[in-house]
Amino acid sequence: MKASLGRIGAMMTRYTYLYLVSPIRILELVYWPTFNMLIWGFMQEYLNSATHPAVFAASYLVAAVLLWDVLFRSQLGLTLGFVEEMWARNLGHLAVSPLRPLEFVGALIATSLVRTLIGVGGAGFLATLFFGFNALELGVGLALFFLNLVIMGWGVGLVVCAILLRYGLAAEALAWGALFVLQPLCGVFYPVSILPDWLEPIARALPATHVFEGMRTVVQDGRLDTGLLAQAFLLNIPYALAGLAAFLGSYAVARRRGLLMSTGE
Amino acid sequence: MTSAPAAVEARNLSKEFDGRTVVDRISFAVPRGTTFGLLGANGAGKTTTILMLLGLLRPDHGEARVLGHDMEHDRFRALQRANFSSPYVSLPHRLTARQNLTVYGRLYGVADVRRRIEHIARELRIEDLLDRPVGQMSAGQKTRVGIGKVLLNNPEVLFLDEPTASLSPESATWLRSFLGRYRDSTRATIVLASHNMPEVEAMCDSVAFLQQGRLLEQGAPRELIRRHGKQTLEQVFLEVAEAASDQQRGPGDDA
Repeated sequence: MKASLGRIGAMMTRYTYLYLVSPIRILELVYWPTFNMLIWGFMQEYLNSATHPAVFAASYLVAAVLLWDVLFRSQLGLTLGFVEEMWARNLGHLAVSPLRPLEFVGALIATSLVRTLIGVGGAGFLATLFFGFNALELGVGLALFFLNLVIMGWGVGLVVCAILLRYGLAAEALAWGALFVLQPLCGVFYPVSILPDWLEPIARALPATHVFEGMRTVVQDGRLDTGLLAQAFLLNIPYALAGLAAFLGSYAVARRRGLLMSTGE
Repeated sequence: MTSAPAAVEARNLSKEFDGRTVVDRISFAVPRGTTFGLLGANGAGKTTTILMLLGLLRPDHGEARVLGHDMEHDRFRALQRANFSSPYVSLPHRLTARQNLTVYGRLYGVADVRRRIEHIARELRIEDLLDRPVGQMSAGQKTRVGIGKVLLNNPEVLFLDEPTASLSPESATWLRSFLGRYRDSTRATIVLASHNMPEVEAMCDSVAFLQQGRLLEQGAPRELIRRHGKQTLEQVFLEVAEAASDQQRGPGDDA
């Protein structure tokens, strides 16, 4: 176990070095979360001034956009760690080292967590400065919402890595775009009851939908709906396992087809 | 008489890609402390064979064993004690040599990685390269840093794909001598793929000739030269390869 943590730590060192040798990458971590938050924050300021306050809770949009970024950044953080190895054509070296695929996944998850905390944490801090947003108003729910969103992000991220392993960097755009297919269904900015009847069951099959519904309950009613959280957790289990199975399955196929040494453009 | 178990063993290894056989039922065993050369032209199946021995590529048939471990089901225990380098697969370009070696040193669980890197850098005369990004190095410098990565974990088995391909004649001679010293002092086993016949003749205790994935001949270089009545290993290889081609064409086929 000690050796296993050592190898995960070695991979985290690798990703830390990447940021040290090209600090511009740190800007990428905080740029979009901050930009996104500012746009939606000013939009909310406008809506608050133009709409009856009862209709629009003060921190509704800022909370939504920050939580969306938790989901998106956790997926992107995991996938980009993997893409970095493809860009560097380093998968072959890693595959003949003692690093197990599960340890590789562990390192990608840990790196994703750090990247998400830096990116969304920075944006959250600015949201407090600009709009008086207080994340702590979400109470204990904040940690549970965060946990559910990062788990779903990692599950989707692993599926994207599996596709990248199979199709190479030709599928690179999925790293940035995969989650946006789900955004309209997750009810980030509106309740899922707005969706057409036939779409609603699909939306409710997504863990993130229950997180955003739960977030609205806290912001609007000041109440944490544990039922919604429980549904999110229960749905996340198969999502995470499916992501892991997809990655490990794709890795096994890559070994059979000789793709690990030839990954690249 | 009981013989010591081989450090590296290929048993009937086969691999096909898209219906084309690239390695065809090859078998060999490499005793500990010896250097074994896989010889053949480009596309002969040398690299594919090494990748199967490393467990990076799954054979369609047969079995690869390294240090007694089955590379299909138990490869990580062997990989901990082996290492691999190829001039065609360089280390990540943005990181410096020292950073790359640190990461790999930690992946192999090397104690006191910093001291180990400094020791290797002195041995390989790459101290001046340590803090340079790999992407800013010449092909020969990258190869030397790659060899540094290979030595990090004091491997018992070294898999080297064309180890001197991008080196100057002086550097290549020096590296061959260094690898020989390393093998003699540690009783390590070296498996190398090459199409440089003089290099293989100078370095290897035994060799295997591959052509179109088939193993045509194997044995000690001197023994092969004597058996075929030739002056050099290259002459033996050409004769064996030509005979195999003739056999493949069949009688009466003049093409």
